[in-house]
Amino acid sequence: MTDERRVPEDESLEDNIGQQFDRLPATPDDRTVSGRASRKEIVDWWVEQYDVNPKIFDPFTFWEKGAGKIWIFGDDTSSPIEVEGLGMTVMRTRQRHWKPTMSAVQRFAQHANKNVIELSGEEAVRFAQGENIQYEAWDGDWGYLIVAHELAGSLAPIGVGLYLYGELRSTVPKGRRESLDTLE
Amino acid sequence: MAVGVTRNGQTTGPETSCMNPLERYAPLVDDRDAFFAACERPLPSVVRVNPIKAPRSRVCDAFDEEGVGYEPVTWNDSLLRLDERGPGTTWPYYHGWIHGQEEVSAFPATVLDPQPGERVWDACAAPGSKTTQLSALMDDTGIVVGNDNNLGRLSALRHNAERLGVTNLVVTHQDGRSFSLKPFDFDEFDRALVDAPCSCEGTCRKNPTALEGWTLNHVHGVAGVQKGILSRAIQATKPGGTVVYSTCTFAPEENEAVIDHVLENEDCKVVPFETPLETAPGVTEWEDETFDPAVTDTHRVYPHFNDTGGFYCAKLEVTA
Repeated sequence: MTDERRVPEDESLEDNIGQQFDRLPATPDDRTVSGRASRKEIVDWWVEQYDVNPKIFDPFTFWEKGAGKIWIFGDDTSSPIEVEGLGMTVMRTRQRHWKPTMSAVQRFAQHANKNVIELSGEEAVRFAQGENIQYEAWDGDWGYLIVAHELAGSLAPIGVGLYLYGELRSTVPKGRRESLDTLE
Repeated sequence: MAVGVTRNGQTTGPETSCMNPLERYAPLVDDRDAFFAACERPLPSVVRVNPIKAPRSRVCDAFDEEGVGYEPVTWNDSLLRLDERGPGTTWPYYHGWIHGQEEVSAFPATVLDPQPGERVWDACAAPGSKTTQLSALMDDTGIVVGNDNNLGRLSALRHNAERLGVTNLVVTHQDGRSFSLKPFDFDEFDRALVDAPCSCEGTCRKNPTALEGWTLNHVHGVAGVQKGILSRAIQATKPGGTVVYSTCTFAPEENEAVIDHVLENEDCKVVPFETPLETAPGVTEWEDETFDPAVTDTHRVYPHFNDTGGFYCAKLEVTA
């Protein structure tokens, strides 16, 4: 996963206003705010990085609040809108490597076909409490991977891991780390 | 000097003549001994299945794999009563497939019965157990506006909604009494839930300190806030729309008196409803007050009825 795509800043466009939610432009051609990802770029990124069916995003709208934090909303509303939350955070943009959120991975990545790393019961426990895991066997992309384990009949995405140099780093936020039982 | 009340109803401190606040409701309950005995018992650990992320069958399979014992809750398929531990240290919790929620707290959202695609206001939403339940009942479509006036509690709401994978929630930070729809491109809701801030006496089983610091002044003060928020909810809901009012207190000042107030002052009527829970009808008399007879179609839940916390729930229809 060596994708270094960024939406470049463009001085001819407006500045981002961080205190409000703005709906993402449909395509790069519709961009009016400098550095803002478009809906197409977001959906394409999920397809390219994780091979999810793009249709899973059809019912949703995408919004930016703050610098690069993207939210996914199950309905639509007028833009801009000044509220405290609009749907769920889905990813972080405006940085070299875009990063999906744990919430988005748990909700949308169960059908991902690419860059999914499956952990054993013991590894899953360590990952969930925030530990990094030595994992030499991975021969896929480096970068932000979907970390999953087998639970109740199928793979269940746990969260996001950063894979670099044979190590899977847990990016589970402190507030969501938990000490759990090992599943056989 | 502060006078505490322990969970068995005994007062602590030098003012031993201070009455257990629950004593004032003894005349309202059918079985005084059962009422007080239930108030002393800790609550069972109950979780609500979050169908936004996993169906009930998968949650049960995961509990089986993990060795977590559970039993169904007869009146509500989405609830499971756990045998022992709290839900926070299970894999289904980690995945956001379940949410720890007191059994009776799942009651008002089922009474509101929000439908997919609707616009629903949760006036006092944080920390979000009922809010996220509304989203689940709506298949995570339409809009749930989750409002609260407490910024710290709003962050708990946001955290819970993220964990549960809810995408149809808009979080606002306003005083519910003067809630403005200005941020939105619509001007009325289909339904509203007012799960009001209250004196929380009914949570004494979950929180043994719930009765500490209880004062009649607080009851009267919070009743004013409740009337204000419920009035606003009725005004912000379309004619024919449904508003549900609920509290976790036994105090008629915060329950029937609030409904009586809006029947007198707002365009609404009480809607009778059936519930599989054992309940008692709302009371029409309390101390020197009488209330609109329609409040007998509202529901009181006492802890000994269903082995839950205490609760009150009223269903209203907006008439103009």
